[in-house]
Amino acid sequence: MIRYIIRRILFLIPVLIGVAFCVFTLLYFTPGDPARMVLGDLATPEAIQEFRDKEGLNDPFLVQFGNYLYKAVFKGDIGRSYSTKRPVMTEIMTAFPYTLKLSAFAMLIAIIIGIPCGIISAIKQYSWFDTITMIFAMIGLSMPVFWLGLLLILLFAVHLRWLPSSGFSTFKAMILPSVALAAQSISMVTRMTRSSMLEVIRADYIRTARAKGQLESIVIGVHALRNALIPVVTLCGLQFGQLLSGAILTESIFAVPGVGRLMVNAIMTRDYPMVQGGVLFIAVTFSIVNLLVDLLYAYIDPRIKAELR
Amino acid sequence: MSENNNNNLMLDIKDLTIHYETDSGVVHAVEGLNLQLGHGETLGLVGETGAGKTTTALGVMRLIPNPPGKIKSGEIIFNGENLLDKSEADMRKIRGGKIAMIFQDPMTSLNPVMTVDKQIAEMIKLHRNVSESEALKLAGDMLELVGIRRERAKDYPHQFSGGMKQRVVIAIALACDPELLIADEPTTALDVTIQAQVLELMKELKTKFSASMILITHDLGIVADICDKVAIMYAGRVVEYADKRSLYSNPIHPYTNGLFKSVPSIDEDVDELPVIPGLMPDPMDLPKGCAFHPRCALAMNICSQEQPKMCDFGNGHCAACHVMAKRYEL
Repeated sequence: MIRYIIRRILFLIPVLIGVAFCVFTLLYFTPGDPARMVLGDLATPEAIQEFRDKEGLNDPFLVQFGNYLYKAVFKGDIGRSYSTKRPVMTEIMTAFPYTLKLSAFAMLIAIIIGIPCGIISAIKQYSWFDTITMIFAMIGLSMPVFWLGLLLILLFAVHLRWLPSSGFSTFKAMILPSVALAAQSISMVTRMTRSSMLEVIRADYIRTARAKGQLESIVIGVHALRNALIPVVTLCGLQFGQLLSGAILTESIFAVPGVGRLMVNAIMTRDYPMVQGGVLFIAVTFSIVNLLVDLLYAYIDPRIKAELR
Repeated sequence: MSENNNNNLMLDIKDLTIHYETDSGVVHAVEGLNLQLGHGETLGLVGETGAGKTTTALGVMRLIPNPPGKIKSGEIIFNGENLLDKSEADMRKIRGGKIAMIFQDPMTSLNPVMTVDKQIAEMIKLHRNVSESEALKLAGDMLELVGIRRERAKDYPHQFSGGMKQRVVIAIALACDPELLIADEPTTALDVTIQAQVLELMKELKTKFSASMILITHDLGIVADICDKVAIMYAGRVVEYADKRSLYSNPIHPYTNGLFKSVPSIDEDVDELPVIPGLMPDPMDLPKGCAFHPRCALAMNICSQEQPKMCDFGNGHCAACHVMAKRYEL
């Protein structure tokens, strides 16, 4: 098990170098001069030249990339933001707690609503509850988050004035962004739980459990659920990884000062080190969440555990 | 059948009818089935795939998946009480405690995420008043009884072979000393050498626990090996019911005869095995009269008109056939 974890962590290295390379290349070829963005239109050509020299922007592409990697790996330095002049790492670490809170909250909502709805839908297949749940799941899945976010703001913030439309400091302010972000995850968790449960409750071992004279609630809640949750856990992990990295739109709409908004602003201002740092950070988080999910998976399913040697 | 005889019966199924109501039609899985089983007896329930054997067994357990399955009519008298009148709570005490079932496919009958001792202990805790640790200890005893070392109790099902898994399933079924054991093709999914071992084990344990047993199979060899009585099923009905000896020496129903003829013999050298022509009728659209008449070489006019009654051909050897009843002048 330990060996497996170490192997997985080692495997992260090529992934991260690959991600860094891709982002670096894309930004290199993106039109727009960061020096001009930072110094403004009125800057003299000398000032721009000086900035480019100082930031190493005149070096050949591979040299720039090599320098970046060297500093990142050996000095833990992924650069300074052009616009705020502060280290990128500091900026990300200030923003990350908001993103983490938002994602965790959204994931919690998705699990608390999605799993029970999925279970009930499965055991009462084709009932009115099932039909309504599936309709809502379809809506939640097909509604883009920016659209849902705006609708939620219109209804709860503008018309009803129950909840604030932006910010993330109070519990009340957290509700709308979390719900908007959770909508797709709720739908996916519900649908996955339902289909997985439908498959499991027809399994022979469920019949065995019933033939023992076990209570139906335990047959479903223990025997079926634990087996049905295996794919749901994977989904939740992937979703959580996506929420952490994909909260960009939600953060922008609700003005949550998280990593997503930080990145959007960085892209707008050609703040190269910030964008690179942000993408790398997201890649690391996503990979770590995935690793944790795989470990959790092994804990739930003994057959997987046997394979992780 | 005398009064005295009736009191000795452990299980008496009367006119049991079970239908599956699906979108494409009603499946007549079991149609007016009658079956008796005495204390300590082993009954072989034989028939082709789709004859309604498993449905009958699940009916006795009251585990027919509903929807689409439904017990339409009949009685299942177990130790003098009709199981169809029992509440769900009473049935839960009977399932596992009084009637236990061994399922067909050991590969899928065990919960993959639970250690085997927990799966056996679950059964014990449900029907006996013991603590968790005692139940686990008894589960270990059961494992040893079926020939699995106690050290393997904490293993998961995927760590066992098919034959071993079936032993675990048997351990679960016998854990609470049931009066009736229903084994639904317990060896079909196993290879031949393992089949023999598992059958031997079941025979041994059945005697040890002095349980009665219904053995569902399509293998006449297995029936000859361990059963006392045999019931031949066709299209949801029992067409012949007899003592093993009587059935093997003197099969009456044309379908039973067909079955025996299609078993290869070591002594005879034939190029082609005789088969019963045609296929089992569609259970959604059973033929009128005797369900076997379209495939029966002896069929008369009446066979396609009227459902034949079960007649006693002597010494409790019963069969439902117009032709034979006429021939024996019953």
